[in-house]
Amino acid sequence: MKAVRDWSVRHARGLHGLYGGVEAVLSLLDPLLRRIGHERLDKPLAKVEGVVKGFLFDSKSCGQCTLGSTGMACPMNCPKTLRNGPCGGVRQNGGCEVKPEMTCVWVRAWEGSQQLEGPESGLQVIQLPVDHRRQGRSSWLHALRQKRETRG
Amino acid sequence: MSFADEPAAGENLPILPGHVSPGRFERVLRAGHFAVTAEIAPPDSADPADVYARAMDFDGYVDAINATDGSGANCHMSSMGICALLTRRGYAMILQMSCRDRNRIAMQGDMLGASAMGVANVLCLTGDGVQSGDHPEAKPVFDMDSISALGMVRQMRDESAFLSGRALSTPPRLFLGAAANPFAPPLDFRPQRLAKKVAAGAQFVQTQYCFDVVRLKTYMARVRDLGLLEKVFILPGVGPLASAKSAEWIRKNVAGVHIPDAVIQRLAGAKDQKQEGVDLCVELMQEIKEIEGVSGIHLMAYRQEHRIGEIVIKSKVLGTRVPWSPPAS
Repeated sequence: MKAVRDWSVRHARGLHGLYGGVEAVLSLLDPLLRRIGHERLDKPLAKVEGVVKGFLFDSKSCGQCTLGSTGMACPMNCPKTLRNGPCGGVRQNGGCEVKPEMTCVWVRAWEGSQQLEGPESGLQVIQLPVDHRRQGRSSWLHALRQKRETRG
Repeated sequence: MSFADEPAAGENLPILPGHVSPGRFERVLRAGHFAVTAEIAPPDSADPADVYARAMDFDGYVDAINATDGSGANCHMSSMGICALLTRRGYAMILQMSCRDRNRIAMQGDMLGASAMGVANVLCLTGDGVQSGDHPEAKPVFDMDSISALGMVRQMRDESAFLSGRALSTPPRLFLGAAANPFAPPLDFRPQRLAKKVAAGAQFVQTQYCFDVVRLKTYMARVRDLGLLEKVFILPGVGPLASAKSAEWIRKNVAGVHIPDAVIQRLAGAKDQKQEGVDLCVELMQEIKEIEGVSGIHLMAYRQEHRIGEIVIKSKVLGTRVPWSPPAS
């Protein structure tokens, strides 16, 4: 829903903090989650994510969330699913090239990221191409596994 | 001009130290020359003669030719096809690769094929949405975006491996390019987006049409502050507008092209609007050349390709240098 999505971008700072909080809590719980098994938890957690993030951000459940680095605007709402910034087709009024009645996702992402300071906004992060196998799976659990891997 | 080690037309130049490609375009830029590139209009035909005839308009005026990839999401001869024909005659080609029509499997295969044919430059683009073209019912692919595509090709070239990690026996030797639009919102994000493209592998950049030099100057100043001028060759895009009416049409219908009112008023007030469009283009080239960090000009003379020679000569941006042209056969 557009109104909620816009509200979320306006409150990017608070939501960014909250999002970080959820990740931190899950990170603490990870030993327990691993004992239960990520595979077993994936479906129910993906459902929760889908409902919460669907409501707040019109999340498309790509399973590899970038909200924390895109000003709390879900880039999968871009008709070209651009995850690294706006295309060159943005209209002078900020409208999307493909859907002129919609404000460009990246105009919103830029607004949202302005509430976060410097590198915290994460806009400079180069996002890897989407792994299409992850569609509909839990991105929170995915993030935990990635964190563990990078920690080695 | 031709280089001392220039091979027979259709064969690659030796790759110089510090260079990544066997192409003339990278040589011209790295030698510090002010470069001119131009877009060739792909024919709606399967006749190679149409391609050769169109390329001839550029002989001796441009350093490299961009072969567009279904621009505006309209069907035409493919960029790969045009590059295949023209590299055989020795032209320096810039293969345009948009993310709209191909997934990562097709794109990587194309990079090997292009390099094998003698294409030395590739421009990684997002691509126009399918809604703007003549097949709006088509499925948009967008498996990659321009930045992840740049990273992918760079990995193929520098790490000699596919995105999957599987090794290549000979990597593609490609000079990597990207597009930029300094004139579309969110304006403040645009320089940072260029920084991302450079970080992903872009070595040269061609921009959307510039009709607003003030906005370009602001952008270039930010790009300089980000320390990008030493890392990337920037070629702003320009082109002749055919009339005030066509300028109005472009402004309304071609997403991402910003034309200030003053430009349209100037065309409308001219006796010969077409000539005024050419003169304006020439003036823009001269003004843009003076901006710090500009390495060349990218000409998009849609339906006026035959006037490229006149525009380049009048602008004097090349000084006395005459770009390569194919040997008379």
